Amino acid sequence: MPTVSVGRDRFFVALGRTYTQEEFEVLCFEFGIELDDVTTEKAIIRKEKHLEDDDGEVDGDDDEVIYKIEVAANRYDLLCLEGLARALRIFTGTEATPMYKISCIPRDSMLQMYVKPQTSQIRPYVVCAVLRGVTFDEARYNSFIDLQDKLHQNICRKRTLVAIGTHDLDTLKGPFSYEALPPQEINFVPLKQEESFRADKLMEFYKSDMKLKKFLHIIENSPVYPVIYDSNRTVLSLPPIINGAHSAITLKTRNVFIECTATDLTKAKIVLNTMVTMFSEYCKNKFEVEPVEVVSHDGSKTIYPDLSCYKMEVSLSEVVGPIGISLDETQVISLLNKMQLQAESCPSKGEPRISVSVPPTRSDILHARDLVEDVAIAYGYNNVPKSKPKCMTIGGRQPLNRFSDKLRAEVARAGYMEVLTFTLCSREENFDMLNRTQDVNKAVIIANPRTSEFEVVRTSLMSCLLKTLKHNIDHPRPIKIFEVGDVVTLDESRDVGASNNRRLAALYCNKQSGFEEIMGLVDRIVNVVRAPHIKFGQNYYVPTNEPEFFPKRQCKIVMSDGKQIGYLGIVHAEVLRKFGIPDPCTFVEIDVEALL
Amino acid sequence: MADVEACLLAHLNSGGEVPDSRSYASSLRVTHDELEAVIKSLSAFRIVDTTDITKETWVLTDEAKGYVAGGSPEAQLVAAIPPEGASKDVLREKLGSVFDIGMKTAAKNKWIGFEKGNKDLVLRKVDTIKDDLQEQLKSLESGEVLSDKVIDDLKRRKLITKEKSIWYALKKGPQFVAKRKKLATDVTQEHLRSGDWKDLEFKDYNFGAQGQPIAIGYVQPLLEVVREEIQNIFLQMGFTEMPTNNYVESSFWNFDALFQPQQHPARDSHDTFFLEAPAATKQLPEDYLEKVKEVHQRGGYGSKGYGYDWKQDEAEKNLLRTHTTAVSTRMLYKLAQEKPFAPKRYYSIDRVFRNEAVDRTHLAEFHQIEGLICDYGLTLGDLIGVLEDFFSSLGMSKLRFKPAYNPYTEPSMEIFSYHEGLKKWVEVGNSGMFRPEMLLPMGLPEGVNVIAWGLSLERPTMILYGIDNIRDLFGPKVDFNLIKSNPLCRLGLQ
Repeated sequence: MPTVSVGRDRFFVALGRTYTQEEFEVLCFEFGIELDDVTTEKAIIRKEKHLEDDDGEVDGDDDEVIYKIEVAANRYDLLCLEGLARALRIFTGTEATPMYKISCIPRDSMLQMYVKPQTSQIRPYVVCAVLRGVTFDEARYNSFIDLQDKLHQNICRKRTLVAIGTHDLDTLKGPFSYEALPPQEINFVPLKQEESFRADKLMEFYKSDMKLKKFLHIIENSPVYPVIYDSNRTVLSLPPIINGAHSAITLKTRNVFIECTATDLTKAKIVLNTMVTMFSEYCKNKFEVEPVEVVSHDGSKTIYPDLSCYKMEVSLSEVVGPIGISLDETQVISLLNKMQLQAESCPSKGEPRISVSVPPTRSDILHARDLVEDVAIAYGYNNVPKSKPKCMTIGGRQPLNRFSDKLRAEVARAGYMEVLTFTLCSREENFDMLNRTQDVNKAVIIANPRTSEFEVVRTSLMSCLLKTLKHNIDHPRPIKIFEVGDVVTLDESRDVGASNNRRLAALYCNKQSGFEEIMGLVDRIVNVVRAPHIKFGQNYYVPTNEPEFFPKRQCKIVMSDGKQIGYLGIVHAEVLRKFGIPDPCTFVEIDVEALL
Repeated sequence: MADVEACLLAHLNSGGEVPDSRSYASSLRVTHDELEAVIKSLSAFRIVDTTDITKETWVLTDEAKGYVAGGSPEAQLVAAIPPEGASKDVLREKLGSVFDIGMKTAAKNKWIGFEKGNKDLVLRKVDTIKDDLQEQLKSLESGEVLSDKVIDDLKRRKLITKEKSIWYALKKGPQFVAKRKKLATDVTQEHLRSGDWKDLEFKDYNFGAQGQPIAIGYVQPLLEVVREEIQNIFLQMGFTEMPTNNYVESSFWNFDALFQPQQHPARDSHDTFFLEAPAATKQLPEDYLEKVKEVHQRGGYGSKGYGYDWKQDEAEKNLLRTHTTAVSTRMLYKLAQEKPFAPKRYYSIDRVFRNEAVDRTHLAEFHQIEGLICDYGLTLGDLIGVLEDFFSSLGMSKLRFKPAYNPYTEPSMEIFSYHEGLKKWVEVGNSGMFRPEMLLPMGLPEGVNVIAWGLSLERPTMILYGIDNIRDLFGPKVDFNLIKSNPLCRLGLQ
């Protein structure tokens, strides 16, 4: 979940009242956001620099209290102070939802963005808008920059899907063009630099830039790089990497040109709408946005942003039914209004119907069910009367799990201690340390392990029990442990290509190997699992010769039809050495599913 | 010792008294120590009553005991001088420290002399001597009384010291018996067979001592036991367990079928374990896949959809399931194919996997508890009702619900419970109603809702047992002593 930092005092000014922290937390809880942390600018800087409280003064004398607020991942309109405050003002009923408008300007005086065909090779979409007569101050300016960062991190998927560029329109001259050119042909002075760079050299230069280097991969290997020019061939930006220095926004900027380049048009529109609906608050004509015409290479023209409301029509029962409350349409309409949704009753003969207008800030509303949630939130989740589902059903267990529990109890009764270990392990533990190098071809292998601890899914419980023994090596002997758990192996017969297998494994460790002890346990299990379809002959131990055990002190366990259901043996000295175990051990592993 | 006890008891029984245990001991020809042990044992049971007699007596020092055995220093000196005399050095070497002490008294007694002109040669002046000192010491040792002058002299020479000695006067005690019974410590087979048990009298038992350690087996007392109790709650509430023994899952069943868009951050390799082998799933239900694709791309069933280019490759990528909801999805899809529709309550408790950094509260694999109910007309009120039933069985009766976001549930609610110990609301789970975009493409009838909730098994277990490091609960580093010493789980006993 994304977290937004807002200055508490400025935020309370925007909310039109102050709250105690407790009151504010109650409001957050009801609305579905969370006050994650209360800190100060100084504390944040200290933390970043890893300083202790008394390690002297840090730069910046700002003692302003900062609220860190966690918001839902699909509410892009809550990613800045402006949006959060607006949503809460509307929620608490102190303000109505604003109407976001496109300013009326003649089509021929509208700014234009021409899209060149080559962009389709790398980043095909661009959408734009203009904010006129903006008044920035330092706090607003910082919020404007922060929102871009937050959007880039979240919906833009680290700029892969969408990248935002904002420019001082008064330094530029339209129309603009969105092109894709070989890097050698692009030259400009990037933001925060004084010299001009050729695009390929610039990419090289940014490889050592902590912030920007993680975006380079998006275009690095493309023969053409996306670039936006104005009519004087001034570079606005090299998306999704960096803007040009020429058109940089300052506190004095009055007219802002916003462009969003993208690989996903739906998201580009949401991002642009979010930027303009949030910051048109500071325009001379509040909540009014100047459109830009995007002219595609096929000649088609589209005007952005699209601030029209999404219309939905729902029946009353569709909205309140799933909540389990009864309200009339006026009540529902006023609850919807608290959630920024304009609504009105529609004329209808039968059941009451409600027409809802979803503003451009609420891109999360996809379905009537989303309205249900908003009505429920506005009504208060904790005010919904509880009820009981009426359906009568009978409980039951999975036979394999029930059977496993019976075996667990049986082995515990035999004096063994149950342990619970991880399914994930390292390649080395699961194969090499057990002298079982052949098994690699049967195992599920993780493609993106974070550490060597989690490289494969275990194909046996053996390494898990040996590891557990190692961690308790000072425990008094004899040590008798067991686990019932799943291993996973490749399985062509399954849709996903792998299947679990339930295993029972036990390990005995003492001054002597305990080979007979383990055989005694197996005898007991064989004795209790017998059933008309589970038969064992007189001799169910058949000698084997596997490298993880001592020769001649190992065998497999077979049913009377010859099917192998398990194996046991005195663990080989080499294996014990690799696991760091000084005393002899006997291990047994049994396929539980074969005994069901 | 038994004889001593028998003699003493017989003596007292026949009317005798023992005014002085020391002389009684000599009459029995045993040491006083032996008699004293018997007296102490009898007086502990008040069979005899004792009166202490204390007296201070002179006793010989170790040095004096040496003189009793080997003669006084002066006698030893005289005996050591040959007829022709001997030099001081020779005598000193022969007698050691005794030489210097002996010289003084021997000279005073005129038992020795020196050759004229040669003070070094010691000569013997008498043929026989009477060793008074040795005799005095012997008399003292045998208890005779010596004159004060002699005592003073011996005291000055540090040959005697004063010692306190205790002995006893004895008579019958209130519990007197002529013959003491032997106290039993245990009941044996022999007692029962012979009938001796009738006369058994038991020695007092030391209940401060611990019992014998017993050799037993153990089930994992934390997760497994808590799992069992939670399972019981589900079964009591009429829930059927889902088959969750499939850790490898396709992105399709784990994400796409749940209307979780392909660009969702949870599908990032930072959060999910993708697989090198088996890298991709081989089959997906074709009709259903088309419907899922459509609802993501363009919507339908009353939804706008996400409006992006849905890719089958992405859906086919295999992973280790990130939630058991992947299984719920398969179960609901299966249920949708069964006609006519029948309501279901399903639960599961099994492992899920997240590609997270491991720390005190996070593991790369943990257990997820999940419950869901599928029926016509289920409501958010029903969900709240079920959650209150479920969590109150877990001892969490004070619940609060917070709006939340989850791609496949709408409405979504985080579940908070008031923790009496921590004195605050803690998040205990997530819940919601599955989205129509998830249920309708499966073929479930319109109007059928699914209410569901999930939580981890580890978190409530940690709260229950006050454990703050998740690795003390699960994994190879769990301490065997913890498994052995954990108390019974009392969930479900309220």
